[in-house]
Amino acid sequence: MLLLASLAAVLLVLCLLSIALGARGVPLDQVLRALSGHADSRLVENIVWTVRVPRTALGLAAGAALGLAGALMQALTRNPLADPGVLGVSAGAAFAIVFSVAVLGLGSLYGYVWFAFAGALAAGVLVFFLGRLGRSGLTPVKLALAGIAVTSLLTSLTSAVVLTNPDALNRYRFWNAGSLADQTGATVLRVLPFVAAGALLALACAPALNSLALGDDVAASLGRRLGLVRLQGVAAVTLLTGATVSVIGPVVFLGLVIPHAARVLAQRAGVGPDHRWLLPLSALLAPCLLLAADIVGRVVVRPVEIQAGVLIAFIGGPFFIAMVRRRRLAEV
Amino acid sequence: MARASGTGKPSVLARRHFRLAVPPVSGVLRPRLVAVCAALTAAAFLVFCWGVSIGEVPIGPVDVMKALAGQGDPGTLLVVRELRLPRAVVGLLAGAALAVSGALFQTMTRNPLASPDMIGLTAGAGTAVVAGIVLGWDGGPGAQALGLLGALATAVLVYALAWRRGTTGYRIVLVGIGLSWICTSATDFLLARGGRFQAQAALGWLVGNLNGRSAADAVPLAAAVAVLVPAALVLGRLLRTLQLGDDVAAALGTRVQPVRLALMLTGVGLVAFATAAAGPIAFVALAAPQIAQRLAGAAHPPLVASALAGALVVLSGDLAARTLISGTELPVGVVTGVLGAPVLLWLLIRANRAGSGG
Repeated sequence: MLLLASLAAVLLVLCLLSIALGARGVPLDQVLRALSGHADSRLVENIVWTVRVPRTALGLAAGAALGLAGALMQALTRNPLADPGVLGVSAGAAFAIVFSVAVLGLGSLYGYVWFAFAGALAAGVLVFFLGRLGRSGLTPVKLALAGIAVTSLLTSLTSAVVLTNPDALNRYRFWNAGSLADQTGATVLRVLPFVAAGALLALACAPALNSLALGDDVAASLGRRLGLVRLQGVAAVTLLTGATVSVIGPVVFLGLVIPHAARVLAQRAGVGPDHRWLLPLSALLAPCLLLAADIVGRVVVRPVEIQAGVLIAFIGGPFFIAMVRRRRLAEV
Repeated sequence: MARASGTGKPSVLARRHFRLAVPPVSGVLRPRLVAVCAALTAAAFLVFCWGVSIGEVPIGPVDVMKALAGQGDPGTLLVVRELRLPRAVVGLLAGAALAVSGALFQTMTRNPLASPDMIGLTAGAGTAVVAGIVLGWDGGPGAQALGLLGALATAVLVYALAWRRGTTGYRIVLVGIGLSWICTSATDFLLARGGRFQAQAALGWLVGNLNGRSAADAVPLAAAVAVLVPAALVLGRLLRTLQLGDDVAAALGTRVQPVRLALMLTGVGLVAFATAAAGPIAFVALAAPQIAQRLAGAAHPPLVASALAGALVVLSGDLAARTLISGTELPVGVVTGVLGAPVLLWLLIRANRAGSGG
């Protein structure tokens, strides 16, 4: 409990920092007054409420969604390398979005988010069945390779669509790097219901995931209905990933790193690998990392920004390599 | 003497190979491999001429062949030699270089997935060259040198990070994939940071592009291919003993570490020069050696046939990219990417079925 509370405190501090820091330096007291509704000037009010608050809220929602999706995928596949980015789910959503925007001409989030869900679901299912072929079943390496193969296919298709359409290209290059910037409050509000629904579904899975960690047979004998649990998990992953990708683009590795960190923390706190703890922990830790990456990206090379997705890949890439280097890729 | 079963007549193709021994030279002649190479050469030549013949002013295939031989009217000669030949030559050489490099890496690691585009070499070269474009020194020897540096650095990193008392094929692949992700996001950052036109140039190049290639692109690549492909062929003889495992190779008199280092440098050099000239054309290095191996019915990718298959794949991909959608010229990498990814999936399914998938 103490752990959750301290994480929430860290997250709160990061939110405040994210609102306080930016391209234009606004003194902290002015920011606080603007937040409480007594802004010193229209300019400050605008900066705080139409730029920085939506951006921070988006970081919270997207981070929580990706953290949960990663934890859920690692639990469902019992695979330490699972992540919406690595297993091609994000690439599926991204291709579907690019296709619907550039070819079908859809412009609003409510238009293309459904395509994102369909793309995420199709890619995830394809990767799962490719990885499961053969006698040795679903090993971590096979699943990761299948994800990478499907990701390469989808990326090729995406660049085929984008390169024939210069306007799409210009928007694509920012979106593809995974940025929290330039989203309006309305967009953030529109994506929230999907993230909330996905998060509720995910958290409701937690007790069943604990049984699933003991193996399919044991879980079945404990009275879990495996098909139902998987269906619920897949629906949650689809909702969380599709909604996130449609706003901030494909962010790789956040869902990979966070659940491992959550597991270490849970171990320290003495609760062990209990998914009723791991899922909320991941949902709190992931926004911390995403917001921190976003803040650092805003500050280090002013006036340009490094996209949060790029910084996370710089952290997550070495982490992925370290995982691969481990003598035996232990199952989760 | 082997005979084709059932016919009673000795058939050349039914025999797997001939041993030729005319002292002091001896070797093995494989009729099927020779036939495959001849067919690939003919096909590549036809596609090469076809590619040169289409354009704003269509030139008949016969006139193209005449112009290549130096005959015909001056206008045609100018168009063919100055405008269209560099593009076709870059395509031919880049395809061959990528495929030979892919064959070297696939044979060395004994893993068809460990080709340069999967283990991040092209991504590393790509990041370095895009950095060059965004920083404003694109084109020419600068890009070549940057591409070479990027690919070399990535190769060293992959090898060092995958090393843990020896390496396994799959660890190299996965470490390479992790590194190529890091490189890709660095490229994404550079793209978003650059201006709109730089970004368009860089992105067009990043998927592998033959549009607007000039003789300046072709010359360094041709020089590299002229040096490195023969080197690969000479080293390829040692590759076969290396495949038996380090201990056996050493026992057979191969100096394992120097040979492996030379092979890696050759492969990296080929990829780097091809990438600097034409961009990281997706999946050629992965698919072409596999195609050549299947066609020749060999146990490992044959180098010469791989080079020819790579050239054929890139040239026909470019032809398709220019003609499929009238009015737009797609980059060749889009076509090879869309066609090559299923090859990757198929290799994966095969490995999984055989139970060797990690």
